[in-house]
Amino acid sequence: MKHQPITPVQQSLTFSRRMMVFGGLEASIGALLVGRLGWLSIAENEHYSLLSESNRVQLIVVPPRRGWLVDRHGVPIAINRSDFRVDLVPQQLEQPEQTLKSLAALLSLDTDEMDRILRDLKQSRGFQPVQVAEDVPYDRYAALMVRLPELPGVRPMRGFSRYYPQGPAVAHLVGYVGTPSAEEYDKTKDPLFLTPGFKIGKQGLEKTLEPYLRGTPGGQRIEVTARGKLVKELDPKPDRSGQTVQLTIDAGLQEYAARRMGPESAALVAMEIATGDMLAYVSMPAYDPNSFSQGIGRTEWKMLSEDNHIPLLNKVAQGLYPSGSTIKPAMALGFLKQGLDPDQKFHCTGGVQIGNRYFRDDDAHGIVDMHSAIEHSCNAYFWAMGLKTDPQQTTEMVNYLGYGEEFDLPIPSQRFGTMPNPKWLEEKYHREWQGYDTANTSIGQGYVLINPMQLAVMPSRIASGNLVQPRLLLGGPRKPIKPLAINPEHLDYVRKAMAAVVNGHGTAVASKLPLDGIQMAGKTGTAQVHRLETRGHQSTWALRDHALFIAFAPADKPRYAIGCIVEHGGFGASAAAPIVRDTMTYLFDKQKALAALAPLEAQWGGSLAERNARELQQFKAAARANIA
Amino acid sequence: MISSAIIPQPLAKLPWRLIFLTAIIAFIGLLTLYSAAGGSIQPWALKQAIVFCIFLGVAVGMSWLKESTIKGVAFPLYALIFVALVLVELLGFVSKGAQRWLELGPMKLQPSEFMKPAIVLVLARFYELLPTGVIRKWRAIWPAALLLGIPAALIMAQPDMGTALMLILIGGSVMFIAGLPWWLFAGAAGVLAAGAPLAFALMHDYQRKRVFIFLNPESDPLGAGYHVTQSKIAIGSGGIFGKGYLQGSQSHLDYLPEGHTDFVFATMVEEWGLIGGVVLIFAFALVIRWGMRVSANARTRFSQLAAAGLTATIFFYVAINLMMVMGLAPVVGVPLPLVSYGGSAVMTVMLCIGLLMSFERQQRTGTGYSQLRIPA
Repeated sequence: MKHQPITPVQQSLTFSRRMMVFGGLEASIGALLVGRLGWLSIAENEHYSLLSESNRVQLIVVPPRRGWLVDRHGVPIAINRSDFRVDLVPQQLEQPEQTLKSLAALLSLDTDEMDRILRDLKQSRGFQPVQVAEDVPYDRYAALMVRLPELPGVRPMRGFSRYYPQGPAVAHLVGYVGTPSAEEYDKTKDPLFLTPGFKIGKQGLEKTLEPYLRGTPGGQRIEVTARGKLVKELDPKPDRSGQTVQLTIDAGLQEYAARRMGPESAALVAMEIATGDMLAYVSMPAYDPNSFSQGIGRTEWKMLSEDNHIPLLNKVAQGLYPSGSTIKPAMALGFLKQGLDPDQKFHCTGGVQIGNRYFRDDDAHGIVDMHSAIEHSCNAYFWAMGLKTDPQQTTEMVNYLGYGEEFDLPIPSQRFGTMPNPKWLEEKYHREWQGYDTANTSIGQGYVLINPMQLAVMPSRIASGNLVQPRLLLGGPRKPIKPLAINPEHLDYVRKAMAAVVNGHGTAVASKLPLDGIQMAGKTGTAQVHRLETRGHQSTWALRDHALFIAFAPADKPRYAIGCIVEHGGFGASAAAPIVRDTMTYLFDKQKALAALAPLEAQWGGSLAERNARELQQFKAAARANIA
Repeated sequence: MISSAIIPQPLAKLPWRLIFLTAIIAFIGLLTLYSAAGGSIQPWALKQAIVFCIFLGVAVGMSWLKESTIKGVAFPLYALIFVALVLVELLGFVSKGAQRWLELGPMKLQPSEFMKPAIVLVLARFYELLPTGVIRKWRAIWPAALLLGIPAALIMAQPDMGTALMLILIGGSVMFIAGLPWWLFAGAAGVLAAGAPLAFALMHDYQRKRVFIFLNPESDPLGAGYHVTQSKIAIGSGGIFGKGYLQGSQSHLDYLPEGHTDFVFATMVEEWGLIGGVVLIFAFALVIRWGMRVSANARTRFSQLAAAGLTATIFFYVAINLMMVMGLAPVVGVPLPLVSYGGSAVMTVMLCIGLLMSFERQQRTGTGYSQLRIPA
């Protein structure tokens, strides 16, 4: 501190100086404030206007309408139906038990559905609404609306539900849609996934075509307060429905084939040879995708999962079977390529000794050449010729024609089986290819495993002489079809032999097309499921052989190819060939095919839909009886 | 000052410019409160208008107070308010809760509000009584520090950080203008700057979180940073011309919390834009300049210091509030005087203005001086 005395004059000077400093401080803070205000409202205006707008306007998301799936002629396969729906908002539920009881009474929900709601409520995240019922009839909806004020947390709405007119017939083709799971939401964090009524494809084409089918959500734009109170409704934001996807499938054929299979557990694929378009893609029995898409009841699920015909399995893409004798035309082409003379005679005595094992044929076919060996499906001929040729080259030919090949198709998972060859065996099982491997492979047994799609691709390729690739999307890119690297004379020879199978004295003469001037060519197959000694007709269903049939028609100018397998159907000629015959007939003459179906359905006890409904009722009754 | 033959002398002698400015500010406040209530004079605008009119009357009435009277009551008033503060503290202690007011019949008195003008008066009086030569001495500092520090500590214990902070700033301003040595203020600023990291290190986690939120309110937009975030959205979205009167979505849809009290400026700017905000700031600036002029022209040490301190009170109200609302200062709960809804702030500011008008009248008329000490 200074010791200088301070006078009033000095004090006055100090005061003036300090006032100047203080005034300057005030002015600079004032300038800072104005500057800050200008910065916020000019430079940052756009940013804050956006934030203000996103505060003010909220979107009540309305799920976009899902794109349709239509067949090659525009017939709908998967469409949307407008319906009334009721949801529960768990957070807003005041008396859950009472509300659920009232809902059960008002909407007449059965115990199955109540179980599902309770399960969903437990899994829900509070703010995520839970579906109570879809497709509510108008009178019940109206009754609920009247009681609504006393049911907090219940939210009735108009919505859309997925509808598959062909039901189970297209189940394994299109799959089904369902409410997104918690994991699926976590992956995307898309608020749309939490909107009740929003479904995503869970299986089949619904799953693989999801990006095309989904569309963009719109919704009601509303002005809300910070507390979520609605102030006023603004212009709605329109949603954009998903794209319509046209399939190569012929819905009529698909449904016909499904019906024609009757009570069998079977798969059938039909193709247009010129394009590779898959016209039918049928796996039966099947679940009803309509009930899956609405959230399936426990009883129905139980019934489906306990069925030994495995309706939940897509046999077309995931069923693997030994090809049986359907491999023979391809084997024959393999032999021909290696220079085997097709006219070389072979004496079939009903079996062949290979190594220390005697391979027994079904029959002693006597003197056969390649043509009659195919026609009569003589195993001994193929065993013997197989031993004379190079197994590597022969099996490569079979693989080239489609067996064991994976196709580029929009299918969620495809099992494509195995076409064994000596190299493969060495790599996989570390052993040398033996005579009995040749023998087994020659008749489509042993390691040979194929899927039903390959059963259609094989005859398509043989019939057309082109490397036909199957496809499911009509609008999809069309790959150029290359001709097969096979001598056309060889192909012609095999085609003629296949024609004789159906139209000569072959194994499938009972399955001639009932059409004037159109002949079908084919090859039967009977794949052994159990031991060789117990082949043929068995009383136990699960031990019976699989029946297979591959075919194309017309035999002279091939247009269509069909592959079919009937699980445990017995002989290919008796179980699979008639189904193929009638399905093929449908492609040329619908009336005739439907006329052939009518007496069969009468015998089975009604059409597919009738039988399914009856089965479900029976099962529900049995389930109730068990509980009681 | 209006001089006209028609207007009676006592009326003509009122500082009409100041009254006009004050009324403009209050009117902007009333308009904003009307809008914040969703276009209604209830529940805020009408009440605020009545309170403002009453206190404007009180302020005008106070303008006839003699300086000697004001000087005379400075210490007793301070003592009274000090006792009230202690009482509040005790009451809070007894009821085991934070308490800031005394209930006297229908009135709720908040002693900390009265303390703001009282500390100005008492410090001005103290420095007036202090002999001229000792202003740089220790005895010029410690009594003032006690007069200021004890009530500030009491208020901080309430706890009311905003008011305590303002009290210290106001008292500090008076001491600064009174001529306390530079190094005192520079040292205080230095200690504050050096102590901040230390204080930060000693803070609780929740207090640290507050600091972080102040530095970056968007990091916690739904929690403690919500007020400032929404306030900045309101101000920023108003743009230059605003969204239009009664069109502010932030305030009308309740996104802006406290839109009628502490954050009333955001409500106003959202609707009136940068222009409205600048007009209001400018109006306050003119009031403050008027007060500073009163201080500069004062002819006694007491009126010099008191006028400067009272003006500083108004200034700090405005500055802290606006900095807080625009995200330049932490949210400490200081209202915008005459604009924010609430009687106490209106009362405090109008008391300050009343006292300023009294000093102004006396320097104009030359009456009421107990001792003339006109600087050369």
